Amino acid sequence: MSFIADPVNFIANWLTTVLTGWGASASLIQIILFVIGAGLLSLGPLLLTILLIWVERKIGGRFQDRLGPNRLGPWGIIQPIADMLKIFTKELITPTGADKVPYNLAPILAAGSVIAVWAVIPLASTVYGVNINIGAVYILAFGALGELGFIMAGLGSNNKFALLGGFRVVANLLSYEVPMILILLVPVMFSGSLGMNDIALSQTVWNVFLAPLAAIIFFITLIAENARAPFDLIEADSEIVAGFNVEYSGLKFGFFYVADFLHSVTAALVFSTLFLGGWRGPGAETYPILGFIYLVIKAAIIYFAILHIRFSIPRFRIDQMMSFNWKFLTPLSMMVLVTTALLNKLVPGDLTLVRVAVMWAANLVLWVAADQIVKRVVKKQAVPEVAQPRPLARPPQVGTNDILGG
Amino acid sequence: MLNDWLYLAIFLVLCFALPAMAIGIAGILSPKKSDPIKNSIYECGPEPVGESRIQFKVQYYVYGLIFLVFDVEAVLLFPWAVAYSQLPLYAVLEAILFIAILAGGLFYAWRAGALEWQ
Repeated sequence: MSFIADPVNFIANWLTTVLTGWGASASLIQIILFVIGAGLLSLGPLLLTILLIWVERKIGGRFQDRLGPNRLGPWGIIQPIADMLKIFTKELITPTGADKVPYNLAPILAAGSVIAVWAVIPLASTVYGVNINIGAVYILAFGALGELGFIMAGLGSNNKFALLGGFRVVANLLSYEVPMILILLVPVMFSGSLGMNDIALSQTVWNVFLAPLAAIIFFITLIAENARAPFDLIEADSEIVAGFNVEYSGLKFGFFYVADFLHSVTAALVFSTLFLGGWRGPGAETYPILGFIYLVIKAAIIYFAILHIRFSIPRFRIDQMMSFNWKFLTPLSMMVLVTTALLNKLVPGDLTLVRVAVMWAANLVLWVAADQIVKRVVKKQAVPEVAQPRPLARPPQVGTNDILGG
Repeated sequence: MLNDWLYLAIFLVLCFALPAMAIGIAGILSPKKSDPIKNSIYECGPEPVGESRIQFKVQYYVYGLIFLVFDVEAVLLFPWAVAYSQLPLYAVLEAILFIAILAGGLFYAWRAGALEWQ
């Protein structure tokens, strides 16, 4: 295995040889490699955030017709590093009457739970933290742990705005977990395993081609779970100031910020692994570094889509958000799950093209039916206009025969 | 297999320890000049009024309760999804029946008005 094809395992093998030469026992070498690997994999996302903040601010600037950061370094790329150094020296203000334990634990839980997800995401065919056989459930569990961090921040701050933000976490984030769980069953069903690398390996046809509607629903729930605009009701600045993190300052606030930025790129990675084949692509098995590049390209596209939605769509009202979930997404994801399970059993698996065609047809029928039902219900509920349209202010037919006046 | 869990344990300790350490360092580096006005609770400028632990809307509780039903269902559906490729058609139909019962529960909650935001 050459260095170019698989740098990570090359270095690991080299390190094993060196340590064996020094006379270390096999289990000790294993533990040393684990500590180094875990250290790199947990530090990596934190350092990646520095780049992400710059990327998001720059892209956001372009969407809003401004330049974004452009003072420090080329294209302002040193700006987030300066911000990070500054935030270390900012005072950590604890509000009076705050519940100390949940207040201080919340930012650690929020940031730590996102980093924890990175352990199960396969970055290349041979490079991943672990391929445990409950990977998908692990992602759900740590997603929920992050929500618990937000709830603790809301309850512990001793602030009304923060408390309202905490309530909204319970309502919104928990609700959107329901269609997410139902849709997560679809890729698990196709691959027959909960391990993330097994799911990536099994996708000879990308899951997005077999279950397009499921992919769309999963994408929406991912945005909602990460509390990104247009679903950022828990920190809606025009309604409840900053929601759960209103009383945080300094680096404690900084870690909510880190969690927010990391959430979207982690979501992009999870989506690419579950529905876009992960690291799979031509030559990815023999040259793992190619697989990593494919994964980065796929995740970057999804990440850009998340940003595009964030900067394009205004925030929902809370009742709209809840009815969208419970009255549209949940029934639809149940239907998608049932249809996919049934058709996948009836259509033989070796006819790939037939399978894809049948799945697309079924998804299209489901989508059109759901669309029609929603249109009909909305029409029934539509409030009739109260006032008559106002007459034109111009005098009628002054010096002309035109109906609209002179 | 056991090695995976050892790795995960090391990883989990690290990913919660890193933010905690960073906050600890920031606590040492940052100034500590607290006074009662700076530490008072933020309510858009005016002095805080009354208790901060306000009463909450019962709607949030109802949504939490409905979520709980669906979350328990997930525990039962995941093993089915893992075993899906080895299952005969009737097992798939049974799972569909199970989902249909759940859909019935959702429909009941819907008709009872639990999903309306008042």
